Amino acid sequence: MITESMYQELILEHYKHPQGRGLREPYDTEVHHVNPTCGDEITLRVKVESGKVADVSYEGQGCSISQAAASVLHELTAGATVTESLTVVDEFTRLMQGRGKVEADEEVLGDAIAFAGVAKFPARVKCALLAWMAYKDAVVRSS
Amino acid sequence: MSGLDVERIRKDFPVLSRELPGGRPLIYLDSGNSSQKPVQVIEAMREHLTMHYSNVGRAHHALGAESTEAYEDARDKVAAFVGAPSRDEVIFTKNASEAINLVAYAFGNPLNTDERFRLAPGDEIVITEMEHHSNIVPWQFAAQRSGATLRWFGVTDEGRLDLSNLDELVNERTKIVAFAHQSNVLGTVNSISPILARARQVGALVLLDSSQAVPHKKVDVAELGVDFIAFTGHKMVGPSGIGVLWGKSELLNAMPPFLGGGEMIEAVWMDHSTYAPLPHKFEAGTPPIVEAVGLGAAVDYLSEIGMPEIKAWEQHLTGYALEALQEISGLQVIGPRTLVARGGTVSFTLKTSGGMDIHPHDVGQVLDDVFGIAVRVGHHCARPLHLRFGIPATTRASLYLYNTTDEIDALVRGLRHVQKVFE
Repeated sequence: MITESMYQELILEHYKHPQGRGLREPYDTEVHHVNPTCGDEITLRVKVESGKVADVSYEGQGCSISQAAASVLHELTAGATVTESLTVVDEFTRLMQGRGKVEADEEVLGDAIAFAGVAKFPARVKCALLAWMAYKDAVVRSS
Repeated sequence: MSGLDVERIRKDFPVLSRELPGGRPLIYLDSGNSSQKPVQVIEAMREHLTMHYSNVGRAHHALGAESTEAYEDARDKVAAFVGAPSRDEVIFTKNASEAINLVAYAFGNPLNTDERFRLAPGDEIVITEMEHHSNIVPWQFAAQRSGATLRWFGVTDEGRLDLSNLDELVNERTKIVAFAHQSNVLGTVNSISPILARARQVGALVLLDSSQAVPHKKVDVAELGVDFIAFTGHKMVGPSGIGVLWGKSELLNAMPPFLGGGEMIEAVWMDHSTYAPLPHKFEAGTPPIVEAVGLGAAVDYLSEIGMPEIKAWEQHLTGYALEALQEISGLQVIGPRTLVARGGTVSFTLKTSGGMDIHPHDVGQVLDDVFGIAVRVGHHCARPLHLRFGIPATTRASLYLYNTTDEIDALVRGLRHVQKVFE
C-alpha cells in the first residue's frame, strides 16, 4: 500500500521520538518558517563554530512528515561541516522535488532516504522540506 | 429513508464506482470542497460543445442563437431554483469569490453615485469569524481602499455566531453585513432573521455567502429577504468556472459596473461608455458558456430529485455521522454536535489513545492511501476560525446526496486505523 512507502517505520520513529528537539543556547541565527497551506511551523537555531555545525536546535508543530524531517535534519547536520551539511540539504531537496522519479544518493542522505516516498505526494513535499529550508536559510544568514 | 433512492443516484455519478490505484474503492466525503458531477451534467455540456457551441450575445448566426438561448435558459433555471423575482437579477460570475468581490468593489468605488455604496472613514463593514476567506479578504480590501472599519461577529465554543453584541456591532455606521449562510467548516446554519432585522433598522445592506447552502436545501431569495446571495456551480453537482451573484435589481441597477469589457456596454466612445442593462452590465467578456449550460443541467438534476428530499437525506446522514464519529475516543467535533441548525459538514480533531494530537494531514493521507477515503484536511480557507479554536487545522468530512451510511462506517474504521498507525 502507498502509505507504507510514505510512512516508513523510520519516519514514524523520528516523529514519535524526535532527535535534538528544543531551542538551545548559544546560537548565531534563529529563523521561523511556516507552511501557509497547512499551518506547519518551525523555529530553528544554528550555531556554527569554525566551519562546523556545533548545534541545530528547533521547536515546531505540524504533521508527522514535517516533524520527522526536522529530527532527521538534526541528526544529519549537527556535528558536520557546514559544507557537508549543505550537500545533504541539496541532495534532499533534489529528492523531494523529483516527483518520485529521482534516484537519490543513499550515502549522502542516510536516514533521510526514508522520505523518498513523500516525493510522490506534491502536497506533502513542502512538509518534508520545511525544516530543511529553514536550516539553509539560517546557515546562509549566519555566514 | 423514503423519497431518495441513493443507489440509483450513485449510478448517475460514474466516478463513485471507480477504483483507485491499489484496488481501493473511492469514498468521496469532500463535496463541501467540490462535488462530483452526474452524467446528466456531463452530457449536457458535451452536447453543447459538440453541436451548439459558439459565442453568445454577439454571434448573429444559427449557432450564435442556439448558444445564446442555452446560456440564457440556464439563467432562467437558476433564477427559478433560488426563487429570484426576476431572471435579470442572476449574474453569472467565475465563482462565488468573484460574486462577492463584485459587490465589495461597488463600495467606495469612485464611479458609484448611490449613498448606500458610499464607503469612507467612519463607515463600518461587518463580517463574522466563521467566514471562508472569500468573504473576508474582499472586505479587507474594501476597508483598506476606503479607510472604513472592518468588524466581525465572534463564534461561540459550540460553533454558533455570537450575537450578544449585535446591536452594538451593527449600528448606524454599518454599510453592509456579509456572512455565511452555512459554515463550510462547522456546518452551522446561521440564523439570518435577527441580523437582517437589525441591518434593516440601521439601513445596512445584507449579503449571504450561500455557497454551502444552495447545494443542500431549498433557498428562496424572496423568502430570505436579504439583498445579495453568492454561490458557486461546482459545489452543486455543476461544473467549476461558474458562480452566481443574485441581487435585488434595484440595488444592482444602482451599483457601478465591476469588470469592464465586451458585452457589458451599451455604447462606447473613446473617452467614456454607457452600460448594458442587467444582467449583462456585470458580465464583461465572453462568459463561461458551457459552464452555464452545465449549471442549468445541475439545477434540473437537483430539482428533479427534490431539494427537500436531498436535505432530509443529508440530515439522516449527518445525524448518523455525528453519532458514529463521537464514539471514537480522542475525536472532537469542531462545531455543533447535534442536528439543530446544522448541515452535513463535520470537522474534527483526532488524538491517539495516548492523547497525542494527530495532525489532520496525517489523518487525511492515511484515510486516502489505505481506504480511498477523500476528506479535506487543513484550514479549509477559514484560517481565522481555526485560530479562534486554537488549532492549526481540522479534518473535514462533507456529505452530499450520493453518500451512504456505509461510507460513514468506512470513515470510522479508517479513523480507528489512523489512531493505531500513530499510537
